[in-house]
Amino acid sequence: MSEPALLGWSRWRRAWWFHAMYYAQTWRGSVVSSVLLPLGYLGALGVGVGHLVAKHTGLVDGQTYLHFIAPSLLATTAFQLGEGESLWPVLAAVKWTRSYHAAVTTPLEPRDVLVGKLAWVATRAIAIGVFYTLIIAAVGAARSWWVLTLPLLSALVSLAFAAPLVAYAAHVDSDLSFPLIYRFGFVPMFLFSATFYPVSAYPGWLRPVVQFVPLYHGVALIRAACLGGSLAPALAHLAVLAVLAGGGFAWGQVTLRRRLID
Amino acid sequence: MSTSSDSVPVVRARGVTKRFGEFEAVRGVDFAIAPGESFGFLGPNGAGKTSTMRMVSAVSTPTSGSLTIFGLDPAIHGPEIRGRLGVVPQEDTFDLDLSLRLNLEMFGRYYDLPRTTIRERTTELLEFAHLSDRAEDKVDNLSGGMKRRLTIARALINRPELLILDEPTTGLDPQARHLLWERLYRLKRDGVTLIITTHYMDEAEQLCDRLVVMDHGRIVAEGAPRQLIADHASREVLELRLGSEHHDEVADQLGSFAERLEVLPDRVLLYVDSADDTLARLHQAGWRPERTLQRRSSLEDVFLRLTGRTLEE
Ligand SMILES: Nc1ncnc2c1ncn2[C@@H]1O[C@H](COP(=O)(O)OP(=O)(O)OP(=O)(O)O)[C@@H](O)[C@H]1O
Ligand SMILES: [Mg+2]
Repeated sequence: MSEPALLGWSRWRRAWWFHAMYYAQTWRGSVVSSVLLPLGYLGALGVGVGHLVAKHTGLVDGQTYLHFIAPSLLATTAFQLGEGESLWPVLAAVKWTRSYHAAVTTPLEPRDVLVGKLAWVATRAIAIGVFYTLIIAAVGAARSWWVLTLPLLSALVSLAFAAPLVAYAAHVDSDLSFPLIYRFGFVPMFLFSATFYPVSAYPGWLRPVVQFVPLYHGVALIRAACLGGSLAPALAHLAVLAVLAGGGFAWGQVTLRRRLID
Repeated sequence: MSTSSDSVPVVRARGVTKRFGEFEAVRGVDFAIAPGESFGFLGPNGAGKTSTMRMVSAVSTPTSGSLTIFGLDPAIHGPEIRGRLGVVPQEDTFDLDLSLRLNLEMFGRYYDLPRTTIRERTTELLEFAHLSDRAEDKVDNLSGGMKRRLTIARALINRPELLILDEPTTGLDPQARHLLWERLYRLKRDGVTLIITTHYMDEAEQLCDRLVVMDHGRIVAEGAPRQLIADHASREVLELRLGSEHHDEVADQLGSFAERLEVLPDRVLLYVDSADDTLARLHQAGWRPERTLQRRSSLEDVFLRLTGRTLEE
């Protein structure tokens, strides 16, 4: 007979546990990308460039430059976490090492694998969110009680990217398109999301484009949560991110299922 | 012993098909596997064995037909069924960056086994796979045969009632292969049902109570190994290497010496009642083959007869 289950963990949590254990083995590199690099940016840009900005233009959107970019760094870190967990790692698991194929020979279903994966991304994003909430408070950019939602918003931003990208990676046959997605998707998005300068700094024709970029909504939402702002645009940003995450999740269930159990 | 559950087959397939796009890989197979039985699938490359195994593993869904595993419908009870199965897929599937131990422990987690159980079984199974000294190594560093052994060990972590092995011994050295056979005998003795595909006919003869031969997605024969040999091959085989490239032409002339004959690229097989007698008659008739071999018929001859292909193809 089968074993009595003492833990009684739901199936997706077992998939989540896999990622946690994997991370416990390989976490060192991620500290650099999720913590040290953004903090370096904050120091170099916030303090260094901020000093210049203060001399020349004074405030940015009514904020010191340090306060303007501190929320951006949480948003971009959450974005990088979301995309970094999604393309190559997922294609590897469905095509090269086929470890997801192994997982679905056990009681896990493709859906459990997907939920476990995204739950793990959310877990890390929440941890990063907590950490950055402290940094944001420390530099004095926490000017609204909404900062308490930052860990959750961080998770939402990560999932808005992770969910559709996982779905896409489970769908494709090779990684040929991935470098292109980086070069023509991620890199411009990183630069043109009102991350390092406000929308008003872009030429007029570019502004609607900026507002079309998904990361822009993440940056704007997190900035609003830190510095305050009106509710309506914040809700709109939230909706865009939620649609990306939800749509990606729905698509991922289809592609992962097709991939793993034909 | 004969309770009603004994008569429920562990696996029952009726008219099961599997289609990939336009291509029909499995074209209506019927079989029933009894509890405790060892059941084999033989067939040339592309016959549909793996496609069938994956359906029986409750991983892939049949396109049509009915399939029950432990009497349950895999479309509804997939997780429950898979919790009672062990699967050795044809291709190894590991997290290459993780250690052998973690790969096994992780699998135990997927089955939701208690931690202490996982730890005990991992140690025991690494021992069984003769990989204890590599326990903390990355799987990536293992040789092909070692990975295969680890896959087999992993499939046992949940003490399955039904073990499904898709070419388990491909890539194993003879010693490892015999160790696996021995383990499979023990599992069988303990009442575990086994499903095996293999390209090694000796393995099929050793391990399987009953087997089917598949070709082009269909089952073309079914029976116990001895029975299949009796039904589909003569008693003995005389193999001739004629040392000429004109095998096709000589085939006509040799036809009268045998019940049936099979022309292979490098030799001609004569299916006969007595290889000794036939060889004597050949010599009388002036034939001087370069080399001869006399043997009893084997499953390989059945395979050849039914599929028209040798195994090396
Ligand atoms: N996912 C798939 N998509 C399309 N075709 C497939 C897929 N899986 C298998 N096939 C095709 O189905 C046929 C049967 O394949 P299968 O793997 O079941 O054969 P097999 O009997 O296991 O062969 P082998 O001895 O080489 O392992 C092959 O022609 C194969 O190309
Ligand atoms: Mg196969």
